[in-house]
Amino acid sequence: EPGHGPYQPHEPGYGLYETGYSPKDKQIPEPNTQMLAVQNAKAYLQKSSTASGLNLYDHLANMLTKILDEQPRNVVDIMENISKDVKWSQFQKKMDTLRDEHEILPTFEVAEKRKALFLKAHGEGDEELEDEIADTPLPNVMETAFYFEQAGIGLSKDETYHIFLALKQLISVQPIQTCRFWGKILGLEMNYIIAEVQYHDRAEDEEAEEEEDNEEGGKGMDEEKEGDEDEEKEDDDAPPQSTYKPPPLIPKEDTGTGTNKYIYFVCNEPGKPWVKLPSVTPAQIICARKIKKFFTGRLDAPVVSFPPFPGNEANYLRAQIARISAGTQICPIGFYQFGEEEGDEEEEGIGGRDTYEENPDFQPLSVVEMVDSLSMWVHHTQHILKQGRCVWLNPFQKSEEEEEGEEEEKPEEPEEIQQEIGPPLLTPISEDEGIQNVPAWTAQFSTNLVPQYAVAIIQSNRWPGAYTFASGRRFDNIYLGWGHKYSPENHTPSLPPPVQSEYPSGPEITETNDPSVEEERALQAAQEEALAAAEEEEEEEEEDEDDEEEDD
Amino acid sequence: MEASSLGAALELVSSGGAGLSPEKRAALGASLPLLRRDYRFERVWFWGRIQGLRGAYYIAEGLGADLAAPRSRLYSLNCVEWNLLPPASGEMMAQAEALKGRFQGDPSFEYQLAEAKVADDEKLPEDKQEVVIKEEIRLVATIEQIDKAVGIIPRGSFVKTPLGPVHENRNFEGLSLTEAKKLSSYFHLAEPVNLKNKTLLEKADLDPSTDFLDSLEHDIPKGSWTVQLEKGGMVVVLRSLLWLGLTFYHVPMTKQYGYVYFGTGEKNLDLPFML
Repeated sequence: EPGHGPYQPHEPGYGLYETGYSPKDKQIPEPNTQMLAVQNAKAYLQKSSTASGLNLYDHLANMLTKILDEQPRNVVDIMENISKDVKWSQFQKKMDTLRDEHEILPTFEVAEKRKALFLKAHGEGDEELEDEIADTPLPNVMETAFYFEQAGIGLSKDETYHIFLALKQLISVQPIQTCRFWGKILGLEMNYIIAEVQYHDRAEDEEAEEEEDNEEGGKGMDEEKEGDEDEEKEDDDAPPQSTYKPPPLIPKEDTGTGTNKYIYFVCNEPGKPWVKLPSVTPAQIICARKIKKFFTGRLDAPVVSFPPFPGNEANYLRAQIARISAGTQICPIGFYQFGEEEGDEEEEGIGGRDTYEENPDFQPLSVVEMVDSLSMWVHHTQHILKQGRCVWLNPFQKSEEEEEGEEEEKPEEPEEIQQEIGPPLLTPISEDEGIQNVPAWTAQFSTNLVPQYAVAIIQSNRWPGAYTFASGRRFDNIYLGWGHKYSPENHTPSLPPPVQSEYPSGPEITETNDPSVEEERALQAAQEEALAAAEEEEEEEEEDEDDEEEDD
Repeated sequence: MEASSLGAALELVSSGGAGLSPEKRAALGASLPLLRRDYRFERVWFWGRIQGLRGAYYIAEGLGADLAAPRSRLYSLNCVEWNLLPPASGEMMAQAEALKGRFQGDPSFEYQLAEAKVADDEKLPEDKQEVVIKEEIRLVATIEQIDKAVGIIPRGSFVKTPLGPVHENRNFEGLSLTEAKKLSSYFHLAEPVNLKNKTLLEKADLDPSTDFLDSLEHDIPKGSWTVQLEKGGMVVVLRSLLWLGLTFYHVPMTKQYGYVYFGTGEKNLDLPFML
């Protein structure tokens, strides 16, 4: 039938609504063939690709399904990406019938360890609960974390709580009298969480230390004796013995005094076992002052440096902890005071007083006073002398044992060593020197908006990462950083020492220049003159003698 | 880090010890959206905090539609009132290179830099100039240096459109755990320097829409980034050793990532000795 449109056959628009009679119409105007064409197109679209096994029809269907399900914004702009994603998801199909093992991600292992922290150790009765609450060395880490958080310092609450529980675990395992969360030192592969403790029975620890010392001392003595015997045998043929005497070894301080006042435990993450750090020796401190190395996070890693560090990373860590503690542990003035019994000065030793106790009459200062004046804060850790110890020791004082061994050898005259004196304990921090133009400490309020509840915060500029807060009677120190001292200048590694001379140089073995030709000639001429003069004299003498003889 | 996800992001970055107090966090939550409104930024990033001797600078960056365009930077001393910083110019950067030491904390503090010209002795007294640099300029130059040197993004998170501007890739679902541990999955958000030097073989594998920046693999010195998995793989944290204090975090298989700087604003020139 002619078209159903609004146009009459004689009008120009006629035929537009009619397939087959429109000039633009290219298709065969039969419905059957139209259907055939559609089917052809669909079959073409369903043709599988030889390369990937997909066909466009299914792919477009999947893509449109995904788009209609998700309905993203501006879909036409990201259509290619959606297409890529759909294709990519094809490859996720598991072709094999084996079931995958559940992946054991490291996430799960760590979560296990952390969960263990939350479980209580044994079944508990009421008695044990009371004991726990009564006198526990466990510090209230969350409370100090709250005060530090007011200044924007500190770890996330999750991590702090885990550390809290890890400290609790430490206390249950070791006989600890006091415990404190010292801080966190970052490393390359892993970080260190550090706890500062004091033991209950120092006797226990001292015994272990003495055994170590005896072993080392014993070995040393044996070696010396062997050396002496060898010397006696080979005195005749031996090449000249080296006159080099290594500088005397400065002994480390005893546990419980000076740099080794506290014992430190570290772990990489809360949940991992705590490892005790060895005591620090003065040689390690002296070397640590000269090098600057990142911590890797593994305690047994070697420290490759010049001057060579005597120990591995555990020792380096301990030395840095000692330096940081000595430089930045401060408290409000008056909180600690020296003991009431003032013993004789002899008993106190050369280093001055080294013990303090809490002052029961401490009146907390207001926060404003604490921030305004740095002299309101004092160090409560002893300063480390250049020697590497807190209490100076004359290394040339010979003990009885050493004197016996050295009778045969000629002792060199000990040089006059100046006794090193450091600032005494409880000096105010306003006395601390700055570095170049940078003052040693920066004090500020935690908030300017609410001064009624502000907390006084002190930051160290010499050891960036060391913070202290004080509010009323509460105060604490913490260190969060990389573990290095601040220096505005670049670090200059120490140069190797000058090459030692093999032999003493004297005039007989010193080389001199060969005389030049002119000098030789001049010398020869002078010698000839002298010779000629001597001969003349001789001739004269002979003549005189002859004359004399003739006279006779 | 994105201003909108400040709270969550700070939790993830705080393992380095530095963070913001609740007061500052709340203040930022209020003032950063206002910044966005006033300056008509598309998005606002909280860049970090530079600690001076007497005070600290809190820095924010505002971005427009093109993420690779130079960003506007603002600073504040109290997280409430913000001041726009001038854009960094080459001259500023050159001047600030000579300055050393800590920031003072006072934006109008002036550094005295004596420039002695190497000239004949006769001319010396006349040519000696005292260049005065304000701390603001030093601040701008330092931020620009840090961004150029260690501002990083995960691979695939930004996509370059054919017309040039760089947009966020909406298809970015996050890096997988294995990818996140590799340095090659992170790019510097700055003009690429090493890209042209790659061999043709390497270039063939690159996807020009996402791989148009330098990756961290070839940073000198090697090892100037530490990659750590925190919380047992929940968060990947990269810390720069060249600029101590720059921390980048990314939660694998999610779209969360960002970097922030909490530090003193000084380059760690001792890095080669410390590794």
